Amino acid sequence: MIKASGIKKSYGSGTGKNEVLRGIDLQIADGDFTVILGASGSGKSTFLNCLSGLERPDSGSIQYGAVDITALSDADLTKFRKDNIAFIFQQYYLLPNMTVEKNVRMGADLADNKGYGEIIKAVGLEDKMKKHPSELSGGEQQRVSVARALAKRPNVLFLDEPTGALDEQTGRQVLDYICKLHKEYGFTIVMVTHNVNIAEMADMVVKMNSGRIAEVYTNAARKTAYEIGW
Amino acid sequence: MKLFGISIIACCAVFVCTLFLNYNTDLIAIESEITTEAGIAMYNAYVSMGKVTAGVSGGCLAATSAVMLLFYVKNYIDTHGKELGILKALGYSNVKIARHFWVFGLSVLVGCALGFLLAFCYLPTFYEVQNAEGVFPNFDVRFHPLLTFLLIGVPTIAFIVISVLYADWKMKSPVLDLLREKREYKTRKRKADTNDAPFLKDLSSGTIKSKKVLAFLVAFSSFCFSAMVQMSLSMNELSRKTFSWMILMIGLILAFMTLFLSLSSVVKGNTKTIAMMRVFGYEDSTCSRAILGAYRPISYIGFAVGTVYQYGLLKIMMTVVFVDIENAPEYTFNFKVLVITLIAFIIIYELVMYLYSLSVRKLSIKSIMLE
Repeated sequence: MIKASGIKKSYGSGTGKNEVLRGIDLQIADGDFTVILGASGSGKSTFLNCLSGLERPDSGSIQYGAVDITALSDADLTKFRKDNIAFIFQQYYLLPNMTVEKNVRMGADLADNKGYGEIIKAVGLEDKMKKHPSELSGGEQQRVSVARALAKRPNVLFLDEPTGALDEQTGRQVLDYICKLHKEYGFTIVMVTHNVNIAEMADMVVKMNSGRIAEVYTNAARKTAYEIGW
Repeated sequence: MKLFGISIIACCAVFVCTLFLNYNTDLIAIESEITTEAGIAMYNAYVSMGKVTAGVSGGCLAATSAVMLLFYVKNYIDTHGKELGILKALGYSNVKIARHFWVFGLSVLVGCALGFLLAFCYLPTFYEVQNAEGVFPNFDVRFHPLLTFLLIGVPTIAFIVISVLYADWKMKSPVLDLLREKREYKTRKRKADTNDAPFLKDLSSGTIKSKKVLAFLVAFSSFCFSAMVQMSLSMNELSRKTFSWMILMIGLILAFMTLFLSLSSVVKGNTKTIAMMRVFGYEDSTCSRAILGAYRPISYIGFAVGTVYQYGLLKIMMTVVFVDIENAPEYTFNFKVLVITLIAFIIIYELVMYLYSLSVRKLSIKSIMLE
């Protein structure tokens, strides 16, 4: 269970102070697929960064079970991320001078995962293992970043607009891979997106507006990546 | 800041060359006045020493400046690919864009002019030191316009031409590659990637392979430190203290300048990799070891080469150049100096590495991701 309580975050000071998160409370159950929806500037990405330990909130706590990550030192927070968390970003952030295989090993080696080849196969890139990111399409690059994230066997997978840079067909394909792997491995998913259709794939949907949670609801039945609108 | 490094190296090169070449030119002008046997032997030795010193130091430093200049031009094109790509897309020709890279050559002009000025201020003292025993008739420092042109004008023009031609060649990349900031990854690399090495080991070797020039500069800085410090300490027993100090100062300036510039470029060029590693949970010390630690063996190789180089150079000086001089001191390899230099090198190098690993820790993940 991830429990965020009273999360506040602002940037700048004085008259230029920008309150991005204005007191957020949220609980995410283990293994759930949660989508955080919101317009640009609603604070959804900042909330994701705080939840994942990439940023520290100004106040409030974020608990993973009994562990409050806001109270951890930088070194302990790094270890926590190493043991529990993986990320997929809109811009992929692959290492350009390394092959697909080596990019995936970046995640796999952290978890001492020798079976990373299976994940590369699962995202359909077994024939591109020795290619560099510049030789791949956008969708293929995002699939590499999916494989890299899952190769470290995370308990929680954070995704920041993973289909933002992809066309509809490729976007659906990437989401489908993520959902299949979610079903197989049972990790928790927290995804930030502005695409309301993707929310239909989630167990729980959190709508954010101006740094606050405007609405939280659960879907009675989840749709697949090929059933949602785009 | 980076071009400042080229200026410093050019300054050192021209400083040394001006001292020895100006002295040689003035000495050659009074050749007919040297009549004693000891004077003629000394004259031949000094003229040879001047040529060797100016040739070796000037040549090495000019080559290093050229490598640094090419690296910075390439780096500029790589990091400003989008802007240059847009210019090309708008219809600007390669030559038209490349022409503006002449400004890179200005760093050489600044360095050469400064080196020449400094040397000229020091020349009267240098002349006195060179003729301390009074072997030659006294002669004054004279200004040689041709030498000035050769030491300031020619390098500046040469480096401007190199900058423009290299930029023109690099600008031949297709517009889309520039706009996408697409890097070239040679197929040779793919062969190496077939190994089953762990990620960190591959990252270390990949860091070096992707920027060979930086590896060269790290090795060069260790080479300078090793060669110049050992030469300076050894010369203390063979030659005048002024020479030892001069060599020591030039060596230290070059070593630190190139080391700081190359390591800064290593850290800057790998910020995204380091950020991503930290996002995934790699410890700061692991990131530093993988990126910076890769250069450690190279720097020790540079040190070893520097040791051999200084031994060879001093041996040549003592056995070839001063062959006709009576009572010329015997030169043998100085192990004590080697040990002292090695200990100093290890302490300084590891300290610099530690400081850079601290700078890696200070990199903010969010700011890098937002770039």
